[in-house]
Amino acid sequence: MDDFLVRALVGGVGVALVAGMFGSFVVWRRLAYFGDTLSHSALLGVVLGYLLHINLTLGIIVVCQLLALLLFLMQRQKRLAGDTLLGILSHGALSLGLVLLGFVETLRVDLLAYLFGDILAIGRADLLWIYGGGLVALGGLARLWRPLLAVTVHEDLARVEGVPVALVNWAFMALMALAVALLMKVVGLLLVTALFIIPAATARRFAATPEGMAFGAAGCGALAVVAGLGASGRWDTPAGPSIVVAAALLFLLSSMLPQRSA
Amino acid sequence: MSWARGGSDDQLLVQSAGIRVRVARGEILSGVDLEVRRGEIVTIIGPNGAGKTTLLRVLLGLLTADAGTVTLAPGLRIGYMPQRLQIDAVLPLTVRRFLTLTGRYPLAALQQVLAEVGAPETLESPVQGLSGGEMQRVLLARALLREPDLLVLDEPAQGVDINGQVELFNLLSRLRQERGCAVLMVSHDLHLVMAATDRVICLNRHVCCTGTPEAVQESTAFLELFSPQVQQSLAIYSHQHDHHHDPVTGKECDHG
Repeated sequence: MDDFLVRALVGGVGVALVAGMFGSFVVWRRLAYFGDTLSHSALLGVVLGYLLHINLTLGIIVVCQLLALLLFLMQRQKRLAGDTLLGILSHGALSLGLVLLGFVETLRVDLLAYLFGDILAIGRADLLWIYGGGLVALGGLARLWRPLLAVTVHEDLARVEGVPVALVNWAFMALMALAVALLMKVVGLLLVTALFIIPAATARRFAATPEGMAFGAAGCGALAVVAGLGASGRWDTPAGPSIVVAAALLFLLSSMLPQRSA
Repeated sequence: MSWARGGSDDQLLVQSAGIRVRVARGEILSGVDLEVRRGEIVTIIGPNGAGKTTLLRVLLGLLTADAGTVTLAPGLRIGYMPQRLQIDAVLPLTVRRFLTLTGRYPLAALQQVLAEVGAPETLESPVQGLSGGEMQRVLLARALLREPDLLVLDEPAQGVDINGQVELFNLLSRLRQERGCAVLMVSHDLHLVMAATDRVICLNRHVCCTGTPEAVQESTAFLELFSPQVQQSLAIYSHQHDHHHDPVTGKECDHG
């Protein structure tokens, strides 16, 4: 197997594992639009990284973190509905990124690679980012797991029972922003949310516990990466979208299987 | 406002004074004073929009009032049962996991508390499969696991049929006797509440009247707040009510 294909597989599977674990919470907490908003800000991060002469992935992480913090603070106001707020930030950030990209004439980027991912171009440095950042994100999620689950089930009940709800919510948003920045390379900013929610939705039918669903989602995501890359190599289709199509097919297939008795 | 733990009277679990809450459309609570003493069952009644849930949220520290003070007894343990809880089917969760979300308890304790609330066979069931009455019992079980000094219940009888409601209120009186914990609840169904309550607080953005169920039903404020039909059916109910109590088992809260 070619080196670049091995790196694509290793990186893709790593990203799928992270996405699966976070994806379950994205589905439980109905955060699909939130994930979209974070990922749509990634182009801003690219421009910022270029202007500040820092690593572009680091630029994306910084911008995603700032946006997560902004969303966390803004959600405490009640004047605008949550999805309206997300819509403003999501499309505002994406468009601002595109406009700024046009201004910085010396920055030549492959826009399609950022929109739909460029998994076949994953280098050694990218692998380090994916696995280093992925470990931080998953480690944080593991520590946060119990209180986060309690808050997800019922926020007020968790608060009365002593869970620091605001801290937990913010920490989860920050970790998710990190995960989004890592996913970017593989499926691109338009398809990040797909990698969060499709494997998690697939795993739901077979899970009896929250953890079972999260690990199942990680497995389904990894399977979709392998299948999507295989298909992409065989039929010369774009890799990122092929992975998402594979995940969607997996979901369709699983919907036809009988559900485990609950 | 201030929300603090303190106070010198050790019989007083919760005390609020001058609670005022304003929202965009106006004042929803003004000058609300309230006390709950150890072992007492207090019910807040009032029409829809009277601010009952808002008041509970202020007392629980979930909402900050615009003015007033809330004082909780030092070390007070509160078991809270929120109004209607629906868990999305997409989250696989058994009753066992639900009961242990914020605390770890041995299996025997879980089985015991579920038996106490009358839902012993639900331990391994998915929470989404529970009936309305079973869910209320499981919620109560989760509150009881914390060995509370005070149970705070928001519309505990909601979504429960009439037989279930009778059972639920009998259960509450028994819990008070067996565990000695106080109960503060909100309701807008008056019938059964009246039978299982020591003190009624009639709330309509302010405290209209307060006292024993019998005294409150006589007061003019109550008469103005509720329609004559409601009062009549209440009167019938309270005459039919026989004061049967389950024997005290001697079990009490081992704290406080």
